Amino acid sequence: MSDIAIELKGIDKSFGPVRANHDINMAVRKGTIHGIIGENGAGKSTLMSILYGFYKADDGDIFVDGRKVEITSSSVAIDLGIGMVHQHFMLVENFSVLENVMLGAEEGQILNAGIQNARADLKRLETDYGLDVDPDAIIEELPVGIQQRVEILKALYRRAEILILDEPTGVLTPAEADHLFRILRQLKDQGKTIILITHKLREIMAITDEVSVMRRGEMVATRTTSETSVEELAELMVGRRVLLRVEKGAANPGEVMLSVENLSVRDSRGVDMVKNVSLDVRAGEIVGIAGVAGNGQSELLQAISGIRRAKTGRVILDGEPIHVTGEADPNSLRHRGLAHVPEDRHHMGLVLAFEEAENTILGYHDDPKYLNGIFLNIDAIRADAAEKCELYDIRPPNVRLKTANFSGGNQQKIVLAREMERDPKVIIIGQPTRGVDVGAIEFIHKRIIEMRDAGKAVLLVSVELDEIRSLSDRVLVMFDGKIVGERSPDASEGELGLLMAGISDQGEAAQ
Amino acid sequence: MSAPYAKLPGWVDYGVIPLVNLIVAFLVAGLVVLLVGQSPIRAASLLIEGAFGYGEGIGFTLFYATNFIFTGLAVAIAFHCGLFNIGGEGQAYVAGLGVVLPCLWLDATMPWYVTIIAVVFGSSLMGALWALIPGYLQAKRGSHVVITTIMFNFIASSLMVYLLVDVLKPAGSMAPETRTFLEGGQLPKLGWLMNILGLDIGGAPFNLSFFIALIASFIVWVVVWRTRLGYQIRTMGFSPTAARYAGMKEARIIVITMMISGALAGMMAINPIMGDQHRMQLDFVGGAGFVGIAVALMGRSHPVGIIPAAILFGVLYQGGAEISFEMPEISRDMIVIIQGLVILFAGAMEHMFRPAIARLFTTLTAASKPPQTAETE
Amino acid sequence: MEFFDTLIVLLQSTVRLSVPLILAALAGLMSERAGIFDIGLEGKMLGAAFGGGAVAAVTQSAWLGLGAAVLVSVGLALVHAFASITQRGNQIVSGVAINFIAAGATVILGQAWFRQGGRTPPLSSDARFTTVDLPFAEAVADVPILGSIYSNLLSGHYILTYVAFLMVPFIWWVLFRTRFGLRLRAVGENPGAVDTAGISVIWMRYRAVICCGILCGVAGAYLSLCMTAGFVKGMTAGKGFIALAALIFAKWKPVNVMLACLLFGFLDAAAIRMQGNSLPLIGEIPSQFMQALPYILTVILLAGFIGKAIPPKAGGVPYVKER
Repeated sequence: MSDIAIELKGIDKSFGPVRANHDINMAVRKGTIHGIIGENGAGKSTLMSILYGFYKADDGDIFVDGRKVEITSSSVAIDLGIGMVHQHFMLVENFSVLENVMLGAEEGQILNAGIQNARADLKRLETDYGLDVDPDAIIEELPVGIQQRVEILKALYRRAEILILDEPTGVLTPAEADHLFRILRQLKDQGKTIILITHKLREIMAITDEVSVMRRGEMVATRTTSETSVEELAELMVGRRVLLRVEKGAANPGEVMLSVENLSVRDSRGVDMVKNVSLDVRAGEIVGIAGVAGNGQSELLQAISGIRRAKTGRVILDGEPIHVTGEADPNSLRHRGLAHVPEDRHHMGLVLAFEEAENTILGYHDDPKYLNGIFLNIDAIRADAAEKCELYDIRPPNVRLKTANFSGGNQQKIVLAREMERDPKVIIIGQPTRGVDVGAIEFIHKRIIEMRDAGKAVLLVSVELDEIRSLSDRVLVMFDGKIVGERSPDASEGELGLLMAGISDQGEAAQ
Repeated sequence: MSAPYAKLPGWVDYGVIPLVNLIVAFLVAGLVVLLVGQSPIRAASLLIEGAFGYGEGIGFTLFYATNFIFTGLAVAIAFHCGLFNIGGEGQAYVAGLGVVLPCLWLDATMPWYVTIIAVVFGSSLMGALWALIPGYLQAKRGSHVVITTIMFNFIASSLMVYLLVDVLKPAGSMAPETRTFLEGGQLPKLGWLMNILGLDIGGAPFNLSFFIALIASFIVWVVVWRTRLGYQIRTMGFSPTAARYAGMKEARIIVITMMISGALAGMMAINPIMGDQHRMQLDFVGGAGFVGIAVALMGRSHPVGIIPAAILFGVLYQGGAEISFEMPEISRDMIVIIQGLVILFAGAMEHMFRPAIARLFTTLTAASKPPQTAETE
Repeated sequence: MEFFDTLIVLLQSTVRLSVPLILAALAGLMSERAGIFDIGLEGKMLGAAFGGGAVAAVTQSAWLGLGAAVLVSVGLALVHAFASITQRGNQIVSGVAINFIAAGATVILGQAWFRQGGRTPPLSSDARFTTVDLPFAEAVADVPILGSIYSNLLSGHYILTYVAFLMVPFIWWVLFRTRFGLRLRAVGENPGAVDTAGISVIWMRYRAVICCGILCGVAGAYLSLCMTAGFVKGMTAGKGFIALAALIFAKWKPVNVMLACLLFGFLDAAAIRMQGNSLPLIGEIPSQFMQALPYILTVILLAGFIGKAIPPKAGGVPYVKER
């Protein structure tokens, strides 16, 4: 019997050229709550998926309770006593709580035999851990916080000794989150080992005993929580990187071109992803929104651009409102001078199966200069595309090539060329350099600055903190659907990291 | 996409893989022939001979191909929008009314070249109307267009049987068909054209509607690849998310696409009714709507592929008739099997051979490959 | 009492006509509840009918015929499963393909092996199923009303008819009271939940499709070994699609499936009965209208006018491990 519940040695995992996990070493002591913190893309979820048998590591060993094991599938992990509460619940919506809990652990072919035992077991678990749920309630009728309890019960029902929770509080209200932590403490007291994946520092400091920090696929540090501080963790999480500083003159902001007032957006699960956000962007300035992905930035951009309906609030574009809670139409917004470089370049910003020239007119396909009556003026379109290829150094400069064959950086340049060259008044940009090689990054950054200098209002969203810091004139930080602070781009990484991880201006009390 | 998606050049994607799928379909069909105790080789040679060996055969081949060009185009344009229109059979059947009514009305007073205008208009209108409800239900209420078009096929069948038997049949006649059209309702045959090429098509009903089909193919190409509407259709088919981003009106596009699809299927009715039999009979569509599915899949939904694919199935139909004379065990139903196999391999399992072909291809071109740029997504 | 006798006769026909529908619809239920759409019920039934008729003719045994029918249907079902699950292909296209393959192959093979124009030889009464009389049917036949119901309506059906109706509670029980059924329903709603519980999604779906094949096999056997004495070209005549319509109409629930199939069977029986006769007020209803009625009703349902028809959430989508 070992003191260590889980030990990972030298775990490597790559997906093609992408190294999701590199030489990960981690030891989780029994009966502790061990946090794993890191930004998106740090590799946390991949690591836990390996532990739960979803993926197989390319290299490295896993030790459970001191014994080396091969976790080839989820059922092996379950047998080893590892249970996982996923970020996106793995529940059957039209089943009852009892049915979901029993699924996979039914104790025999005939359900009725196992149901009595299951009910009893469930009742016991509920009282032991304070996880009250009505076993006959239907999942889709339960609030999200209660659904999560079912996920936890599922794991406990299968006698999990080690519980992994992946970003559990993303869908919870502060009160529900506190309740969750009480439950976790109780589980710990009963001897369970808990691994908590999160990007929220408050949670780490609140309940973990030890914390491991991951960054860009590597495990950069492990600390005892009581011996570290939010500042230290924030810095480790975000890291000191070489700043790609772009030559940037002073900003000369003019009129307010884009005004967001008390915007709230609810997603299809019924969770408020944007909570009462207000911000202004002036002509000739770049406002950057920093934050870990999943804190409402995507929904904010989608609401402003008319792709997603907002719940409440107003957005005013150059003095005139956009009907964000009603029939906002991306097409008419374009005509009014709003350009949108979406975060999802592959499915939204481009049609990968189209030729390059065809993507150049996406969204602007009713512009008379591209048309000959109802017909597409192919020559004009191709000429326009060729021009943009030159301006933006898109390689290869073959406008007839299928867009899927261009590299990530060039694909992004196609989108940028399309949106920027329309001479918009306001341009909103999401993750401009995701998946883009270094050479293209520099070019793209320069173009964004040029937009600003030409008097455009630029709203920039990025999970790359140094990108935000080097481009923005003002930095807003978004956490949990709210703007939690505004800083100048000269603020330190630590300071921004704190905001990004939920320690807002109002101190730890805010969530 | 789940299957390994190696980036193969266009000609492999559009030429080799469909060809492989076709060959496999034929191989399996050959097995069926063997199972029946016959020689696949003999069947194949009879097929070719029946279809190409003599003028009348070629005439029939092209006659059948005309049907399939229309129905293939119909399925193809719907595919471009991401919709599966299985209702071509019903749309063509109902469109028969759009052929018959103008002909019955005008055949005594007008020459065929006036009637044909009304007929083209009528058949495409009727076909479009029959596709309108399924299209609308899909666009506005999310009802799966596959199920609704299947249902409409059956409703069409019942409707048309009723009309033929109870309404359109001339009084005193026993056969469930309309009266025969006079000259104004008869499309000229193309025998004279084939004579110029040195072929005598004899009694084959190869007629002018073939050219209408070719014109329709050209128009479909223009619409899909050269108009704003076609751009919107293709965007929707490839990525509804991008269509939303681009501010396209999704519901409108779906309805319009289904109507165009129905119209194309509807025009198929011109060939047998006005071009051959000069009257409308029960089930004149004869499965062409379903062959259209195979043709569209084989032709990769592009007119340049659809026309040869339609001719191929014309070959199968005509050659199949030939086979059934000489080899009575193998009737026309063999074609239905091949049709099914083509749909299976070119449609449902189109990527089955992709990994093997991709490996073969990369081995053959192992010489120079540009290094892959590291991408993080 | 003429009205009552007419009613009994009508109900008898209803039962007879709805049996293949019930079996095929239950087959579709198993498959679709697991997330695999099945347009190919028609093809499987047809292939099974042929297999049954052919083997029964050769072996002179109805039971062997039944076995063959099931084997053919399961074979076709496995092709669909391979294309849909393993190859992750388009399930609709695959179903359509199977329908054609079955339609063509049954005729070709039938002609080649039996040379009777595409049909199998007519079956003697040994080689087919005959009707079964329930105990005391003769004795109570004269009892007014109840006796008639017992001896004419409840008794005197083929054994497969009783099997079909017993299948309804059985399938209900399997789906809602067994582990297999729980997992099957789960895999059609959220395969991820099943995968993370350590259960193989692929194997689960294959088994569901095989169940579908078995039931279609029985449906086909009923056609060629009970309803008719042998296989006739195209004998399914769209029943597979009516079964599909009934399944959707029944919102994928077993008992509703039986009721929907009885309804559609009744419409069919009524159409046959009413041919040539007029109804008061309305006059003569064209039989074609009655034939089209099941399809019209399904479209109305799908349009959302008779409540919503919500298919299993993961239906029609091949399962790919997320992330």
